[in-house]
Formats: sequence, C-alpha cells, structure tokens
Amino acid sequence: MHILLVEDDPQMAEYLRKALVEAGAVVDRAADGREGLLMAASSDYDLLILDRMLPGLDGLAIVRTLRASGNRTPVLFLSALGEVDDRVEGLRAGGDDYLIKPFAFSELQARVEALLRRGTAEAPETRLRVADLEMDLLKREVTRAGCPIQLQPREFRLLECLMRHAGQVVTRTMLLEQVWDYHFDPQTNVIDVHISRLRGKIDKDFDPSLLQTVRGAGYRLQAG
Amino acid sequence: MRATGLARRLRVRLARVPRGSIFRLALLYMLLLAGSVVILLGFIYWSTAGYMDRQTTETIEAEIRGLAEQYRRSGLVGLTALISERVARDPVGASVYLLVDEHFERVIGNLDRWPSEPPDANGWIRFRLREWGTDHTDEHEAHAQVFLLRSGLMLLVGRDVRDLEATRTLILDALTWGLAITLALALIGAWLMGTTLTRRLDAINQTSREIMEGDLTRRIPLSGSGDDFDRLAAGLNRMLERIEALMASVRQISDNIAHDLRTPLTRLRNKLELLAAALPESSESRLLAEEAIADAEELLVTFNALLRIARLESGSRRAAFGPVDLVPLIEDLAELYEPLAAEREQQLDWMTTAPAVIVEGDRDLLFQVMANLVDNAIKYTQPGGCIQLAVEVTDGLARVRVADNGPGIPPEFHERVFRRFFRVDDSRATPGSGLGLSLVQAVVALHRAHIELSDNQPGLRVTLSFGRLAQ
Repeated sequence: MHILLVEDDPQMAEYLRKALVEAGAVVDRAADGREGLLMAASSDYDLLILDRMLPGLDGLAIVRTLRASGNRTPVLFLSALGEVDDRVEGLRAGGDDYLIKPFAFSELQARVEALLRRGTAEAPETRLRVADLEMDLLKREVTRAGCPIQLQPREFRLLECLMRHAGQVVTRTMLLEQVWDYHFDPQTNVIDVHISRLRGKIDKDFDPSLLQTVRGAGYRLQAG
Repeated sequence: MRATGLARRLRVRLARVPRGSIFRLALLYMLLLAGSVVILLGFIYWSTAGYMDRQTTETIEAEIRGLAEQYRRSGLVGLTALISERVARDPVGASVYLLVDEHFERVIGNLDRWPSEPPDANGWIRFRLREWGTDHTDEHEAHAQVFLLRSGLMLLVGRDVRDLEATRTLILDALTWGLAITLALALIGAWLMGTTLTRRLDAINQTSREIMEGDLTRRIPLSGSGDDFDRLAAGLNRMLERIEALMASVRQISDNIAHDLRTPLTRLRNKLELLAAALPESSESRLLAEEAIADAEELLVTFNALLRIARLESGSRRAAFGPVDLVPLIEDLAELYEPLAAEREQQLDWMTTAPAVIVEGDRDLLFQVMANLVDNAIKYTQPGGCIQLAVEVTDGLARVRVADNGPGIPPEFHERVFRRFFRVDDSRATPGSGLGLSLVQAVVALHRAHIELSDNQPGLRVTLSFGRLAQ
C-alpha cells in the first residue's frame, strides 16, 4: 500500500502518517498543493489523501488536473468544510470519498481500506461468500450453511455492503451512505437496530457469529 | 348569464384594488376633494340662482311700486290705463298682469284667468302660463305678487321666469357634471397614486423579504427619477451594504474561531486516540482515555453543529439544490426508523396523498431535518406510542407532517424550541445537544419553507410547508 498524503498542518500530517503506517501502509507526505501534484503525477500511488484547503494549489485543483491527464488513482478528500455543497463539489471534481475533519481514525481507516479494495476490484461478482454465508446477487438469495434466509430488500443491501467489505471495518456513516444513500448525521445510532435485526437472521441460529461490532468504529463481517 | 359574468368580473376587479394604508389615504384625499368641490359648487349655485331670484323679485317689486304710484295718483282708471298700455306693448312678454273684480272676472291684463294655485302668506304665487311667449308653449312658469285693492279688486303682477328656470337648470346640470367628472378624475387619481406608491413599496417589501430569506446581496431597485422613494431606497441600500459587510466580517470571525479552536481540539482528540491505542486493552487508563475521546468527540459535535447552523443561516449556499421527491424520502425515513420505533414498542406509519411531491431543495439536508424530527418523536414518545409521517399537497403547498401521541410541547414553548441549546425539560435528563431543532429551522429557512408546531391532541404535530415545484 503506497499512499500519498497532502496535508499542510504538520501535526495533523504526523498523526495521519503514524496511524496509516501502523495500519501497514507506506506513506509519502507533501506539505503543499504544488508539491503534492508533482509527486502524485510522477509516481504510482495506490491512494491519494488530499486536504481540501492547501496553500498554493487546493485539493480540488489537484484532482481536476490528475483526472484530466488520465490519472485514476483513488482520492480521499479531507476537509474542515462541513457543507453538503463542498462534499458534492469534491466528488464532482473527481474525488472518490470525502471525510470531514475531525474524524475518528477508525473512520479514515475503514474508508482507506474500502478505497484500496475498490481499486483492485475485478469483474462484477455474482456471488459473495463469507465462511458458510452465501449471497447470490442475481437470484437475490441468501443462505447460511445451506439454509435459505429471508431478508427484506434493505437488509439484503446492508448484508451485501458488509459482505463486499468482508474482513474490513465498515462505519455507521459508511453504511448510511452506501445502503441508504443519504449523507446525514443521525442523532441516535439508528443503524444499530438494523444491524441487530440482521444479526438475528444470519447469526442467531448459527455458529460462529460472523457479524461483529468493533467498539468505537463500526461493524465487521468476518469468518471466525 | 351576462349580468352574473359582469358581476364576477367586477368582483375580480375590485379584489385587485390595492389594499393597505396608501390606498386608504388616497381615498381619503379623494373624499376630501369631493367634499370641497361639493361645497364650492353649492356656493356657486346658491350665488347665481339666488341672485337671479332676487333680481326677479326686485323687478316685480319695482313694477308694483310704479303701479301703486299710478293708482295713488290717478286711481283705478289710471292703473287700468297703465296696465292696458303695458299689455298692449307686449301681450305675451316678460311681465304678467291681471286685474280682477271680486268675482274673479277679468278687468284687464294679459292673463285669461286667475291662477288656481293659492298664494303664500306674503302674497307670492307661482303658476304655469298657457300658450305664452313668442313660441306659444305651455312651458312657461311665472312668479307673481297678489294684492287686494281698496276698491275690492285684486291685482296680480308677475314675471315670466322661464329663462330664469332654464338658466338655473343649466347651472345645475353644469355643476352636476362638473362634480361627476371631478369625482371620476379624483378616483382615477387616487387609484393611480395608490398603485404607483404600492408598486414602489412592494419593490421594497419584496427586497426585504428576499433579504430575510437569507439573500443579503439583494438591493432595492431605484426608479432613476431621484424622487423621495429613490432617496429612501438609496438610504436603505447603503444600510444593507453596511449590514452585509458586518455580517461578512462576523462570519469571517466565526470561521476563524472555528478553524482556530477546531484544529487543536482535533489534535487533542487524535493524540488521545493514539494514547488509547498504546495502552493495554481494558486497563483502567485505557478506559479513561476512551472516555476522554468521547468527551472531545461531544465537544466537536456541538461545535460542528453550531458552525453548520451558522453556515446554513447565512443562506447563500443553495448549490446542491435540485428537484427532490418527498414521497420516497419519507418512505426511506420510515423504513430507516421503523426498527428503532419497534424497539421502543412504538408504531411508526407513513402515508401520502400524492404519488410524487416534488420540491426544490437539498435531498440530504431535507432527510437530515426529517430524521431529526422523527428522532425527537421516538425519543420523547412513551413506549407503546404512535408516530405518523405524512406527505401531502394542500392549497398548492407540499406539506410534510410528523405527528406523535407523546407528551407534546406546551404552546408557550413552541417559539422557543428553535433557539440554540433550548431544552423543554430543564433537567437535561434526555441526551442531546439542544441544537437539533435549531438545525431544523436553519434548513427550513434555507428552503424558504415554513415550520409549524401544533397540538396533536394528544402529542406534538410538526408541519413543514414547501412551495411546490411544478412537475
């Protein structure tokens, strides 16, 4: 994993670098937009993490330039601007995900993993499998240990999202974005109830439990 | 059919008559003008017609004095001779004479017989003349004085007042028309003045409305004539520029505060996270570090919510606006929150009266607002309660209703709940920042929508009304 981090705040950059290295990544850092653009264009990164507001050249301009020159490296924007408009603007410019400062490191980690995975995704899958849990995306059927499991459409999408990110932490915000397609900030953990319903269907009568709660971060579907 | 159609058109016209104090003022001036015109014309009439009346009376009295003089000097014979001489000179002229005996038989005069009309107490009499004047018509009227002579004879001396009456009618007609035209012109003037002033004021009102809706860049248009209204508008525009500049600097300051405080807070939180990760799992210090992270998180959440509300309230950001169908939005919302309600043994239902209700807005912000309302409803309604969501179109407005049968909010708090950090229950026993409804109101204002709290009997009903977008 080779990640380029473009962040002007040295303390923030140091924190991010430390945490990403701990998660097993090789991290290069650029302190301003111009340097960031030159580094991003000259070597082959798996992921770019860009601050929106940078001295010299801002994050949007970097992404627009890279995309215009055919560079498809996944981009994760970091921004202190919390507006929906800013988010839309960032994604329109060619960003792949958008994270608003401040964020929990687990949130960043989950999104980084998801982006790296997406970069290597092969042809569209028709079957997903985690241990003895199987999902047929064409027939829209789910079985565990061969037993059919009845899911509501939204539960199906929820499980699909978890299975696609099998082994990774998926945060509540990511689930809201990917399963419900709304970017908003719920005042209560409304997702937890959906998860516990899903758990009741796929885990309750089976062993071992596949759907795990990762404290302070989110959920993970993992074999064993 | 035609008549009712006309009446309806007239009613429509009348409904379009500008209302408000300006038009009332114009109408008042019109009435004052009409009043003074009536008084003026009345005076003109009184002085002209009265003058002519007095002239006639004086002429008759002069004639009588002449005849009386003759009678005194040369008796009845002289009088008769004088009358006959005058009648002979002009038999159907302006002067009317008749001398009769005690049996009302004519002695001399240019009248055939004594008029049947009774004289008044002063001996004045008004009557019609038959076949009179050079035109020999019956249209002539006479005004005359009657005397009883010493010899028992009666004398009538009068004037043909046809010309006088004609003049009087002419004056009266002229005055009536004059009044009517003056009133009509005054009415048109009042209407013109009313509409012109109303239009100018409407421009100011429209601009102030847009400014209140958050568009601080709006200015009142000037007509270019440099009149009082232009001077007023220019003054207001200068004031608006000043306000906008102040607002911009306040926003700049709050952005700076946000940036300056948020960055160290974020660092604090990040360092705590690194610290927690370095501590042995489920040790006491690890738990403390995690609590400290949660505290920092709470601070940041409140801080971000405040900043978000401030940005929404500045109202200039509508870039992500587009057509949003409220029906699937409500459906998604009900689907998202149904398990949470079910966990509290509450029933959550939704309904719509239209297949699609499309408004202009920001989908995520609208979802946020409705999620906040549903969240509150679930939080404050007792277990076993019932929460209803509805989307409908009434009176051309798209409405979303979130109603519950919980404890409700007393009416005296209905305005205050939108204030930042306001909580109905002072004990702050329930979790929450007290910013949820402030955010709701900021988003509602950004959408130029309207929010209303009412009593659901029992419970709380929140209604959002949006201007509906054409399909």
